[in-house]
This record gives sequence, structure tokens and C-alpha cells, in this order.
Amino acid sequence: MLRKIVVLLIVVIGFLLQGSVFSGISMGGIVPNIMIIITSSFGFMRGKNEGMVIGFFCGLIMDVFYGDILGFYALLYLVIGYLNGFFRSIFYPEDIKLPMILIAASELAYCFLSFVFLFMLRGKFHLGYYFVHIFLPEIAYTILVTLIIYKLILWVNERLELWEKRRS
Amino acid sequence: MARNRSKRSKISIPSKYILLGFTILCVVMMVLSYTTDVLNGPFEAIAGYTIVPFQKGISRAGNWLTSRSDNIKRMQALTEENEELKNTVAELTLQINDLQQDKFELSELRQLYALDERYNSYKKIGARVIGKDAGNWFSFFQIDKGSNDGIEVDMNVIAGGGLVGVVTDVGPNWASVRSIIDDSSNVSGMVLSTSDLCIVSGDLELMNDGYIQFSQLIDEKDIIGQGDQIVTSYISDKYLPGISIGYISHLNKDANNMTKSGYITPVVDFKHIETVLVILEKKQLKE
Repeated sequence: MLRKIVVLLIVVIGFLLQGSVFSGISMGGIVPNIMIIITSSFGFMRGKNEGMVIGFFCGLIMDVFYGDILGFYALLYLVIGYLNGFFRSIFYPEDIKLPMILIAASELAYCFLSFVFLFMLRGKFHLGYYFVHIFLPEIAYTILVTLIIYKLILWVNERLELWEKRRS
Repeated sequence: MARNRSKRSKISIPSKYILLGFTILCVVMMVLSYTTDVLNGPFEAIAGYTIVPFQKGISRAGNWLTSRSDNIKRMQALTEENEELKNTVAELTLQINDLQQDKFELSELRQLYALDERYNSYKKIGARVIGKDAGNWFSFFQIDKGSNDGIEVDMNVIAGGGLVGVVTDVGPNWASVRSIIDDSSNVSGMVLSTSDLCIVSGDLELMNDGYIQFSQLIDEKDIIGQGDQIVTSYISDKYLPGISIGYISHLNKDANNMTKSGYITPVVDFKHIETVLVILEKKQLKE
């Protein structure tokens, strides 16, 4: 129960941070994608199911506030969370390389899928332009922010696991 | 125990099915939201009660922070500007001080320059001629400085490097000068080259020719000739020694065959005197 509340809080705080603080310190109109960091982190830390659920809620919040169609971002994030769950078996908390690569890959997938569904389906095919002007800066900025956010999420998760172990 | 078992059974559902379930849910939501606005109401209501207040708070805090940081930036800019201005003021003040000092120095130096060209050993004061008696020649004239400036009776007056006369009357801000060409003027002179003494006296007749007379020059060796310079002597009771009077232009042997007399061309152009120097030292004599 505690885990659910804490994770929900993390998602809400992440969303609030993304919309306020990180928008305030955006570089060239690019905001780091905190929701991807949260979804991806919990995916490879806790497995497919949890990544999926957390991804779903992250996407749902995005949908409610920014999406045209309810459920699109939810589906996108839950798939990303699910896919990240496959890497739980090779995840070690001390290693920062795997999380970085996974988060970067998730971000790239997110950008690409968003582009496919939100732009290409409306007949906008300038992938090169979007790649250079939106994808790359967002990925770079997100990775930069990951160094801080991921450490926090890792710390919170370790606390939670310790607490659960003590309870059982 | 029962709770635990139920949890376990939940987890044991393969993730594929959960994914499938969620995907179907999402697709349903998408279709619903695309075709109808059934879902907009509840989700937005929930969001409005849960997340929007936080957003408002954060944005208010953000605005506050932004305004504070703006204020700080402005303050920094103002502080910098203030410092710059202070520096400028200090510099300008220094410059003004310098200029004032320069000005003071300049006026002082100008005065000194005007007064001090010659006879450096004497303290002098410059004065302007403000009036004279009738006639082209200055036998008596007034100057615009008086006892307020330290002028006293019997002070020597010079102009253009030569002796002009002596102060005879003094008022608070004026003085009258009797020049050496005046008929009543007698000066004890001395030939500069031989130190032989003579009497230099003004003469009304010679005044118009621009000469003054000298007499009682004892010249035993007969070496004094035209062009010799005559200065005030050291035995004069009113005139300081060594002030140039003029040059001998005519020289005659007196009838007694012992002394010589003649005319002197004065150094000073007595037709055009505009400014004079009054030597603020009187010859000290035993009373």
C-alpha cells in the first residue's frame, strides 16, 4: 500500500515538476521528459507489470492535461514500461550505464512513436527536421536530468524494498 | 495469509495478459474520447481536484521566485550602476579639485609673472595708472593701489625695468607718485661702471625733450662717456640701490673743472606708462 502511495506521489510530483520547474529552466523550448524517466526506471527496477501500470498512469496524466485523445499517451507509456521490464534481469543498482541507455532508448522510442502518430498521420513527414530540432535536444536534456532524477528514484525504491522486507 | 495468497495469484497472471488488458482499456478510452466526450468529465474533474491545485501553488511559487530573481537582478544592476556612478563622481570631484588648484595657481602665477620680471629680490605689487596731472608727461600720477595693499609713502615705483619715481601720498586704495622727471625730484645716482656718484634731477625744460639732468658727477679719471648706465646709488635716502635710471646721452664738463653734468635718457618711457610696480620695501635708515 505504501508503495502504491509513494509511486503515485512520485508520478504526480514528476508531472508537476515537468510542467513547472523544468519548463522554467527549459533550453530552447525543450523540456526534459520526467515521465519517461519514471516509467522506464520502474520498468527495469521492478519488472514488466509495475512498469506497465506506472506507465499507464503517467500517460493518463499526460493525456488528461495535454492530449487530444484520452488513452494515446497511456498506451504509449505502458508499452514503454512493459518493454523496460524485460531488462530487470540484467539490472544492477550500482550500474548507471544500463539505466542511461534504457532511458535514452525509451525517450527515442517515445519521440519516434509520438512523431509517427501525431505528425505522420497528419501528413507531416519531415522526420529529419524533427529529429534534429526536437528529438536530439529532448533526449540530451532528459539524459542530463536522469543523472539526478534516477538517483532519487533509485534511493526511494531501495527504501521501499527495505521497508517491505522488514514487514514480511 | 489469505491476502498474501490472493496477491500472489494476482502476480502470477502473465504480464502479456495484463499488457493486453491495459492496451484494450487504452484503445477503448481512445475510441470513447474520440467519438464521445463521456470520459472528459470525470478525468478532468479528478485532475482538477488533485493536480491543478498543486500546479497553481507551484506556478505561484514560481512566479514569486521569478519576480524575486528579477528584483535581485535589477538590484544587482542598480548596485553596479550605483558603484559606477560613485566612481564617476569621485573622479569628477578629483578633476574639479585639480582644476581649482590649477586655476588658483594660474592666477597666482600670472600675478607673479607680471610683477616679478625684474628686481626679483624686492617684494613688489602691480598697480594701474588711473590718473595724471595735465600734460603728456607723467610727472605726478595716481595709481589704483593704496595703503590697503601695503603701500606707504617713500616707496619706490618702477616700470619697464627702470625707476619711475617715489610715492608721495597714500590713500586707502590709491597712491600718488612723483616721477623722477618732475622738476622737484632729486635722486642720488651712480654710474654703474665706476660707482661714481651724481645727482639726478628732473627738469621742466628737459621734460619735453624726454631727458633728465644729472650733475655733480666727479670723474677724475675721465673714463665716463656716453651710454654709461646710471642707477640709484646706495647712499640715497629714499631710493633703493641699483635701480636703473637711464643712460648718459650728453656729458659736459662743468665750469669748475672738477665735476661733470649732462642729460640722461631714462629707461622708462614716461609718455606711456600704464602699469607700474611698487616696491613694498623702503630703504631702512637710521633715524
